[in-house]
Amino acid sequence: MEWYDQLLQYLITGITTGAVYALVALGFSIIYNSTEIINFAQGEFVMLGSMIAVSLFPLLGVPLWVAVILAVAITALIGLIFERLAIRPVRNGSVINLIIITIGGSILLKGIAVLIWGKESRSLPAFTSTEPIKFFGATLSGQSLWVMAGTLLAVILLHYFYEKTITGKALRACAFNRKAARLCGISVERMVLFSFGLSALLGAFAGVLITPITYTAWDAGTMLGLKGFCAAILGGIGSNPGAVMGGLVIGIVESLSAGYLSSGYKDAFAFLILLLMLYLRPAGILKKKLEKV
Amino acid sequence: MKKLALTAVLTVLVGLVAISVANTAEQAKETYKIGVVLDITGPASSLGEPEKQTLGMLAEELNAKGGINGHLIEMILYDNEGDEAKSLIKAKKLIEQDKVLALIGTSQSGTTMAIVPTVTAAQIPLVSCAASWKIIRDPETKKTREWVFKTPQSDSLAVTKIFDYLQKKGVKKIAIMSVSTGYGDSGRAELQRLAPNYKFEIVADERFAPTDTDMSAQLTKIKGSGAEAVICWAIRDPSAVVAKNMKQLGMKQMLIMSHGVATKKFIELAGDASEGIILPAGKLIVADLLPATDPQKKVLIDYRNKFEAKYKTPVSTFGGHAYDAFTMLTDAIKKAGPDQKKIRDELEKVKGFPGTGGIFNMGPDDHEGLTKDAFMMVTIKNGNWELVK
Repeated sequence: MEWYDQLLQYLITGITTGAVYALVALGFSIIYNSTEIINFAQGEFVMLGSMIAVSLFPLLGVPLWVAVILAVAITALIGLIFERLAIRPVRNGSVINLIIITIGGSILLKGIAVLIWGKESRSLPAFTSTEPIKFFGATLSGQSLWVMAGTLLAVILLHYFYEKTITGKALRACAFNRKAARLCGISVERMVLFSFGLSALLGAFAGVLITPITYTAWDAGTMLGLKGFCAAILGGIGSNPGAVMGGLVIGIVESLSAGYLSSGYKDAFAFLILLLMLYLRPAGILKKKLEKV
Repeated sequence: MKKLALTAVLTVLVGLVAISVANTAEQAKETYKIGVVLDITGPASSLGEPEKQTLGMLAEELNAKGGINGHLIEMILYDNEGDEAKSLIKAKKLIEQDKVLALIGTSQSGTTMAIVPTVTAAQIPLVSCAASWKIIRDPETKKTREWVFKTPQSDSLAVTKIFDYLQKKGVKKIAIMSVSTGYGDSGRAELQRLAPNYKFEIVADERFAPTDTDMSAQLTKIKGSGAEAVICWAIRDPSAVVAKNMKQLGMKQMLIMSHGVATKKFIELAGDASEGIILPAGKLIVADLLPATDPQKKVLIDYRNKFEAKYKTPVSTFGGHAYDAFTMLTDAIKKAGPDQKKIRDELEKVKGFPGTGGIFNMGPDDHEGLTKDAFMMVTIKNGNWELVK
């Protein structure tokens, strides 16, 4: 294997994991835009999506794609319920209170997952053939293509939704100025509810895409959530293109550092980027949040 | 929620079940307390859980038969959550407050090493369910630790078994993929130590974290290294990812795994990427394939049937380690009575005991008592285990 083939392979790997981080980061960004809170239960949505798909698939004997769609839909519903039960009752609380509530929600969801599914890890079969595909000197699996295509599709749909639909525009209005949005007759409560559903949906989608490549367990969401958070910060929280960019950068940096340095530093690099960003450009990225907290 | 589950686990006290009529007269006899510390929750829960279940089953069974020489046993079980500091706290509690006769545990080498100095100082016999040879032998002085025994097969036995096999296949260049935990470190060290004896060249030596979900980067390096066989030394979950990634990268090298993945769950997790993987495994998972003359066959099938009937979950080698620990320890107590020094002496005298992990022959300088024959080379075919011819 020549050096450029290796580099290509690292890039493919990085983009695959990066695409998943990007989806998680988008979830952070959507909720941040409508509420200014960081939803630390985002990783748990990823876990729920994949766990539900894993249990529906062999249990009901449904085709894989039905299980996947159902799992994403159910998780979106859980996102809505989460907002109604945990966030709505305290919507006038401070941002920091709400963030702490999401941490509580994350612990609760993990606990429920242990009770329902136990501590065992589970996996899903690949969506399509598992034969590797040759790509110049490197190889990529069918599932990696699914991850990349799925993320691309999600980003395009999301863009269309924000730019072209009334609900999307209302969401953007809430992000710019909630008071003004309310004066225009937009129900901010409904938009917040909607953003939780949407971000749970994206998280679950990320979960079902990545599970055939790796595995899932009750605690698998924590790390993905943190990486997604790093990606969101890196790209500038609240910015959707930024979230995608941040996800890809973190995925690629991880893959390159595992390939050229040591895999032991892989996670460290993701968090190093987070720390550097917080240190060098906190005001630019977290301006609104810093003022509030 | 998690707390609730933990408390439930922690308060499990097995024993004091229905006593047969014949023994009612002897009820007054004091119970024998056996302390157990296992990694029931946390990263090694796939080890600790079946061990806990096995011990629960065996203690119940023994007490139903009237206990040891008429003394019921009381098993006091604690969870160390896979944490070394908690392991030590629980062991101290068992020794100082619960005043146990002997200890069983823990599930991982790291958590056992944490309690070795304490049990040695307190002179309490300990039978560990963890694999590292450092548990029974001081790595500095090479002296056998007087009070500590273990039931799982040492890594060096597994490595020898693997290397014998690779040599037979004519392999010259090997690559190592190991997890950065005590288990991976120990396996890696043994692979490196024994490779020169077989004239193997280690062309790549890669590592990964136990929680990693993508090892393509390391495998890409191995792919370019000219290795003929990849030896992956890790516990179940990350090993499944290695298998999947190798398939994704289209690598055709022989993939050898450690005995740490010898559970049905691994095949489930790795899916069709598990096909053709070769590993050394204790005989438990291939009990049905063994010839009738194998002295372990009956023990293995009995244990498996009882376990699976009670817990409705497939048996694993880890539960087997607990079975061996419990059986040897209670046999020793039966012969020695409630005297810690004598129990230790009896454990050292175990000869020809057919357990789940192999035929145990302990000695003053061998607190493991197994040889490489405790392992069989197995492969995965059509989602099931098969013996390698």
